[in-house]
Formats: sequence, structure tokens, C-alpha cells
Amino acid sequence: MIVRRTILLGLIVSATLAPAAAQSPPIAGKLTITGASTLAPLILEIAKLFEAANPKVRIDVQTGGSSRGVADARSGLADIGMVSRAMAADEGDLKNFVVARDGVGIIVHKSNPVRQLTPEQIGEIYTGRITDWKDVGGKPGPITVVNKAEGRSTLDVFLAHFKLKNSQIKPSVVIGDNQQGVKTVIGNPGAISYVSIGTAEFEIEQGSALALLPLNGIAASTETVANGTFPLSRELNLVTMKAPVGLAKAFIDFARSPAVNGAIKEQYFVPLAQ
Amino acid sequence: LSRSRSDTRLAIALAAIAILSTVILALIVLFLLREAAPVLQRVGLMRFFTDASWNPVERLYGIAPMLVGTLAASTGAVLLAAPLGIGSALFCRYYAPAGIARIQRALVSLLAGIPSVVYGFWGLVVLVPAIAALKPPGASLLAGMLVLAIMILPTVALTTDSALAAVPVGYSQGAALLGLSREAAILHVLLPAARAGIGAGVLLATARALGETLAVIMVSGNVVQLPASLFDPIRTLTANIALEMAYATGDHRAALFVSGLALTAIVTVVVITAWRLAEGRVAGSTGHG
Repeated sequence: MIVRRTILLGLIVSATLAPAAAQSPPIAGKLTITGASTLAPLILEIAKLFEAANPKVRIDVQTGGSSRGVADARSGLADIGMVSRAMAADEGDLKNFVVARDGVGIIVHKSNPVRQLTPEQIGEIYTGRITDWKDVGGKPGPITVVNKAEGRSTLDVFLAHFKLKNSQIKPSVVIGDNQQGVKTVIGNPGAISYVSIGTAEFEIEQGSALALLPLNGIAASTETVANGTFPLSRELNLVTMKAPVGLAKAFIDFARSPAVNGAIKEQYFVPLAQ
Repeated sequence: LSRSRSDTRLAIALAAIAILSTVILALIVLFLLREAAPVLQRVGLMRFFTDASWNPVERLYGIAPMLVGTLAASTGAVLLAAPLGIGSALFCRYYAPAGIARIQRALVSLLAGIPSVVYGFWGLVVLVPAIAALKPPGASLLAGMLVLAIMILPTVALTTDSALAAVPVGYSQGAALLGLSREAAILHVLLPAARAGIGAGVLLATARALGETLAVIMVSGNVVQLPASLFDPIRTLTANIALEMAYATGDHRAALFVSGLALTAIVTVVVITAWRLAEGRVAGSTGHG
């Protein structure tokens, strides 16, 4: 009796398990991802989602800069490298997959009549050569220059685009995250700052007293960042040495699917998947 | 015999607890030293005081302006909060009607319990714009000092209040019998009698001001520079660590641990100084007695 019951139970269990296994072959194994510290928090979040869906997978994310991402992908130390910029000409040996884009917008107070600044003017404001709004067509008054703390990705994008070094910048206020930049500009009509475009758009939709300035005549929006026309933006890439297969391919496909758009927006990046 | 045995057990347990807390502190300092060691070996300690600016990504590690900023903000806060806190406690204990004193004490206790992020947020959206209207950018040494002063005021008021409460009743009775006015009794009998407790409270408040991070990041501007006026922004050592730690790697990260060591050194110096002062006073007063 007992024996028969056990066999029956066994039959039921195998009958219920078999179809599931047949539908999707279980993904298992360990994946090492190294590279840009800009991308690491996002990839870590995506890895958590991926591990939750595939419990037998372990993903190890380590930072060390885009150059480490490239070097580790080439040497095989990492299965996937993280690179927070467009691929360089001498990196054609690697396969790259854009996961998201990072866009930075210049913001001023809504009451500030200035709605257009040339890249030269922005550079001169940030290096302290222009200190009054009247010199760029605004109401007379001192400019409060808001800069980011060293190591932040928005600072990297900003410095690289305007070809500046952080030591050249003469800030009035240094901030940590995007929210603080938004609050600082709202509280000070003479302030200029730069924050991730996703944050600025959200705040403006919520009615915050902010204005996003266009750059080179191109409006600052998540759309222009997504289609690559907004100049103050960059690609966030995953790279592999060979065309990815198996676990690496599954992860890269997942990281480029709409399922991770929420995680991308939470890190103030712009998703590309529709 | 059994009583002394339980006493021995308690003594051993207390000794173990005391040693444990000291060991934890020592381990933290050792950890700071170990994490800071790579950059200290490579660039040396002196560069942290002689480099022209703090740009760790460009290998410039000057922390001197942040030492000054930390000390300036805390000193200003204590100078503001100590008289206010002591005054509030004196009012509560000797002048206010019982009902008002109770309400005052409850409000001060409530103030002590408000998290620093709330003070910082208030500073960012109310205080900083108000100062910016006077003189931009608003985020400044002054804003940092004011927010810190408000934060540590309850600590000073509550410790002073309990120190005054602990003064034996005989002191005020004796003062009254000698025909001293209330003012004279407070200034010459009660405050001196309570000064050790008040001093401890001010020290505690100073340590809190030195270590406060979040509120200071939100209101004091975080520019690494020597402030020329109260309206100039400053960066404190704590703000430096919190702003950059999440994104720092390699020598940059190690340099942030040097900031932590510098802060630990400042707090140690403050505590030792206060300790010396207290000892000197006690020795002086026993000498007179």
C-alpha cells in the first residue's frame, strides 16, 4: 500500500515537472561582469532580476572602469565587460551591445529668462570667466555654479563633453545626487546645474520651477537622448570578446529587453527597448 | 561568600564588556589605517596638507580646507547652541512656571529626536534660499552652522537641565539663607556646581556637530575651499566621505579613508582637550577647597 502510494506520488511529481523542464531548458552557471562604475549599479539590479528568474545562476559584478571592462573581456577574466562610452576605433575586436543611454541636461530656474547658452558660454560660466547672468543675456545677478562631486557619472559626461578638468571648475555649490541639484536650482533663481535628463523631465512634469536648456539647438529630452542626437549623452555598453552564447547571451538579451526598463529609469538612464 | 562570588561574576562580565567596546574602537581605527595605507605610502601624509586642491581623480589630495571647514562649522554651531541651550535649561528650571517648564522640556526632547535628514531638508528648502536672497549661493558656512546649532541645541539643553537637577537642594537653600539673589545664586553657586555635567553636554554636542553628515551636505555647499566669509560654501570631512565614497575606486577611495582618519584625529583631540580642562578645573577647585 505504502509502496504503491510512493510510486503514484513519484509519477505525479515527474508528470508535473517534465513539461516545465521541456518548455525552457534550465539556465545555470556563473557569470562574471566587470568594468565601468557608472554601469555597475544598473547591471547589479538587472542581475538581481535575472537571478530571481533563474535561481541557478550566480552573477558577479565588479567595478574598475571602462578600461577594465575592455581588458577583462579581451583576456577572458570576465564573461562580459561594462563600458560607459561609445566603442573606440581600436576596439573593433569586441562585440558591443547598447543597454541604455546616459543623458545630461543643463537646468536653470524657471524665472531665469535665459533659455539658450552656447557650449562656449557654459564652459566660461563653469570655469569662472563669466560670473554674472547679464553677460549671457539674462537679468543682472551673480551666477551660482552647481557642480557634482568627484566620481559621479554625470560629472564625467559633462567634463568630457566640454573638454574640462574638474580642477578648472569654479563651483559655488557641489552636490551629490540629481535630486539635490534640482532642489538647489529651485531654491536659487541664479543657479545653473546639470542633472540626468530623466530626473529633470520628471521634475518639470511635476511642476517644479525648472527649465532644461537645449544644446546646439537640440532639445534636451529622453527622446533626443534615446535617438542619439542630444550631444551631452553617451552609450552604456556591454561587451564580449566573441558573439555571446548560452548564459552570456541570455543575460545580454534580458538586459536589452523591455523587462528591465524600470530598473534603467531608476538609475536615471534612458532605456532603448520599446 | 555567595555575594562576593556574584560580585566577582559581575566584575568579570563588566570587564569583558568594557574591553569589547575598546577593542571594537581599536579595530575601526586599524581598519581605517589599513584602507588608507596604499595612498599614504604612495603620496605620503604631507601631500594631504600641501596639495593645492582636492581632485583625487587628478591625483591632488589637499584636505586642509576641509579640516578648517569642519572645525569652523562645528565651532560656530557650539558657540550658538551652548548659550541658547544653557539659557533654555536655566529658564526651565528656575524661572518658568511648572506647566510651561513641562511643555518646554517635552518640546526640547522632541527636537532631540528629529532625524538629521529632516533638519537638512528644512535647511535646503527654507534656510538656504533665505540666505541666497541676502547673498548667493545660500548654501554656505552660515547655513551649516545654523542647521548644526539647531540640531545640537536640544543636547545642550537636556544635559544642562539634568546637571542642574542633580545639584543638591542644600546649595540653593544655602544660597537663599545667605541672602543671595536668584541671579547671584545661579551665576555663582548653581552653574559652577553643575559645570562638569554642562561641560559633558557641550562636549557631546560638539562631537555630534563634528560627525554630522547628511544635514551638512544638504546646506553647506560642499565646495572644497577656505571660507573667506560666513556666506562662502565649505565642505566638511564627513561630507567629503559621504559624497564621494559610492563612486570612488583605488587611490581616490583610500584618500577618503584618510579623511576619516583626520576626522577621528580631530574628535580625539577635542575629547582629550575637554578632558584636560575638566581635570584642571577639578584640581583647581579642590585646591581652593
